[in-house]
Amino acid sequence: MSSASPAVVVDAVSKRFRVYHERNQSLKAAVMRGGRARYEEFWALRDVSLEVPVGTTFGLIGHNGSGKSTLLKCMARILRPDSGRITVTGSMSALLELGAGFHPELSGRDNVYLNGSILGLSRRELDERFDDIVEFAGLGQFIDTPVKNYSSGMYVRLGFSIAIHVEPDVLLVDEVLAVGDEAFQQRCTEKFADLKYEGRTVVLVSHALDSVRQLCDRAAWLEHGRLKDVGPPGDLLDEYVGGQRAERSTVETGGSRWGLGGARIDKVELLRPDGTPTTVARTGDSVLVRLHYTSTARIEQPVFALEIHHSSGVQVSAPNTWEARKVPDVLPPAGVVELRVDRLLLVPGVYHLSASVGDPYGRQIQDYRHHALRFSVMHGKPRESTGLVSLGGVWTLREPGAQEVRDTA
Amino acid sequence: MSARGALAEISASKELLANLTLRELRGKYKRTALGWGWSLLNPLALMATYSLVFSVLLRIEPPPGKDGLTSYPLFLLCALLPWTFVSNTMTGAMESLLQNANLIKKTYFRREILVVATVLSFLVSFGTEMAVLALAFLIVGSMVVPWLPGVALLMALLTLFASGLALLLAVVNVYFRDARYLVGIALQLWFYASPILYPIAYVNENLPGWAASLYEANPMVGFVESFRDLLYVQQAPPLATVGYLVVVSAGVFALGAWCFSRLEGRLAEEL
Repeated sequence: MSSASPAVVVDAVSKRFRVYHERNQSLKAAVMRGGRARYEEFWALRDVSLEVPVGTTFGLIGHNGSGKSTLLKCMARILRPDSGRITVTGSMSALLELGAGFHPELSGRDNVYLNGSILGLSRRELDERFDDIVEFAGLGQFIDTPVKNYSSGMYVRLGFSIAIHVEPDVLLVDEVLAVGDEAFQQRCTEKFADLKYEGRTVVLVSHALDSVRQLCDRAAWLEHGRLKDVGPPGDLLDEYVGGQRAERSTVETGGSRWGLGGARIDKVELLRPDGTPTTVARTGDSVLVRLHYTSTARIEQPVFALEIHHSSGVQVSAPNTWEARKVPDVLPPAGVVELRVDRLLLVPGVYHLSASVGDPYGRQIQDYRHHALRFSVMHGKPRESTGLVSLGGVWTLREPGAQEVRDTA
Repeated sequence: MSARGALAEISASKELLANLTLRELRGKYKRTALGWGWSLLNPLALMATYSLVFSVLLRIEPPPGKDGLTSYPLFLLCALLPWTFVSNTMTGAMESLLQNANLIKKTYFRREILVVATVLSFLVSFGTEMAVLALAFLIVGSMVVPWLPGVALLMALLTLFASGLALLLAVVNVYFRDARYLVGIALQLWFYASPILYPIAYVNENLPGWAASLYEANPMVGFVESFRDLLYVQQAPPLATVGYLVVVSAGVFALGAWCFSRLEGRLAEEL
C-alpha cells in the first residue's frame, strides 16, 4: 500500500434518516394512508469530507447525535450514504459491538470461528490465531463452554480479542474501549499502540476524550452532522471541551508516558501538609505536589510542567516552571521539584495529574507522564459541588438597615 | 446487481456462508433430547396423518408406480418432502433478516448470505429426508439408485427456485411486516393447489381444459410431478416440464436477487 494515498477518503457524504410517525408495517396502516408512511427526514450527515491518512489513529468526536457513529457506519458499509462516496483502501474490519453475532448456545470455540468469518477471516487464518485469541481474552478452559454461560466481561473480552486479531489495514472502532476491567483496558490500549506501530489505520469514535487524546494522531469534530474541524487532537479537544464542561467520562485509562528519556520523572506525589502521600484532598486543603527526577543527559533550561485534568478530560490548570521563572541553566543529575498549593480550590470530583519535563517550547519533551496520578477531591471549604473550581468567595446577605449576616464559610 | 454478480459475491464468502449455515443447523435442535431426530420425525408424522386421512378414510388411489408398486405413503412423500422444503424455506427466510438484526446493524457482509444460509440449512434437512426416502424405496424392493443423480439435479433446481422466493420475501418482510401472514395464507392455498395429497389425474378428470392448463402453470406442479416421475414411476420427466422449470426457477431467482439488491440499502435502518 502506498503511503501517499489516504486509507479512507470521505467525499461529500450526506446521510438522511427517516423518522416515522407511524410505520407502514401493517397492511391496514398502508391502506389507510394510501400506501405512504408519514415520516420526517433529518440529515445525520451533511456534506462531510475528510481523509484519514494511512497509519494514523484517527478520532471522531462530537456530542450525541452529531453523526459520528453514522459516519463510522457509512465507512463500515453498514449504512449507505444518500450522496457522496467513501473509499477505503485495503482490508477493513469494524468493531461496533463486541460479540455481535455470537450464538448463545454455541461454545466459545465455535463462536470464534463464526465471528471470525463474519469479520472476514478464513478458517486457516483463524486456526493460526486461535490460541492467541483465547490467550488475549483470558478464557482458558472456558473456551468450550457455551457463551450464554459467560459473564458479560468474558463475552466482551472474547469479542474484542477476535476483532483485534483480524489485523485489517483499516480498523473502525466505536466506543468499545469503555468495557472490561482496568487490566483489560490497559491491554487494549497496548494493542492499539501495536496496531499503530504496525502501520495500521484506526478510526475511533469515542466519548472518552482521554483516550482520544492519548491514542489519536488526528481527530475530526462533528456537530449536527457537519464537519466542524479536523486537526491534531490536542487543539481540537481543548476547543471541544471548552464548549462542554460537564461531559462525563466512562473510561479510566491507566497512565502512559513518552519522551526522549534524557531526564525521567521517577515519581509524582501528592502530599498533605504533614508530608504524608495521599490521593484524597478536600476543597480548600493545603497540598504539595512533588516530582522526583533523574537526568542522564545534559539538559539546558529544563522546564517542569504539571497538568490537572478533570475526569471529563477538561484541563483545569497547567502550571509550569517557565512562566514562574524558575528555570536553572542545566538540570542537575537528580532532584526534587515541588509545587506548593496553599488552597486547593477544586470542587469535588476525580482529577488526573500529569507531569512533564522538557524545553521551554515544548519541542523536546524528555519525559511526559500522562495521568501519572489520580486523586479525588471531597467537599471542604468552601463547600461547592458543581463547576470545576471554587473561587474561594465569601457570601454576604444583607437587608436594608439590618445588621449584616455573614456566612461562616 | 445482476444475479450472476450476486452469486459471484456469495461464492466469494463461502466460508462465512458455511459457518452461518452450521450455526442455523446447530442452533436449531440444540438442547432437545431428540436433536436431529426431529428433522425426520416431523415429515414422518405428517406422512402418517395424511396417509390415514386421505388413503384410509378418503380412499385416494395412488396411480401405480414402477413394477406395479402402489404405496400411498411413498407416493405422498415424493411430493411432500420437496413441498416442505419450499415452504420451510419461505417462512424461515422471512425471519432470517429480522432474527439477525443485530448482526446487520453492527457488521458488514453481503446480506444475501443470511438468507442463503437459511436456505442451505433447510436443504441439508431436505437432503437427509430424501436419502431416507430413497432407502425406503430400496427396502420395498424398488431399485431407485440409477435415478438418484436426476433427483439431485432436480433438487438443485428446486433450491434455485426456493432461493429466489426466499430473497424476495426476506427483504419485503423487513419493510412490510404483514408479509409473513399473507405468505402463511398463500402457502395453505398453494399446498392444495399442488398435486401433493392427490394424483394429478384427478385434476384433469374434474376440471375443464383451460383450468387444468392454468393449474399446470404452477411450478410446484412440475416439480412435484418430476420428483414422482424419477422416484415413484422411475422414468425421465417430460422435457417440456423440465424446460419450463428451468426457465421459471432462473426467472424467480433473478427477480428475488434483483429485489433484494434494490431494497437492501436501508436494511440497517429499517430493522
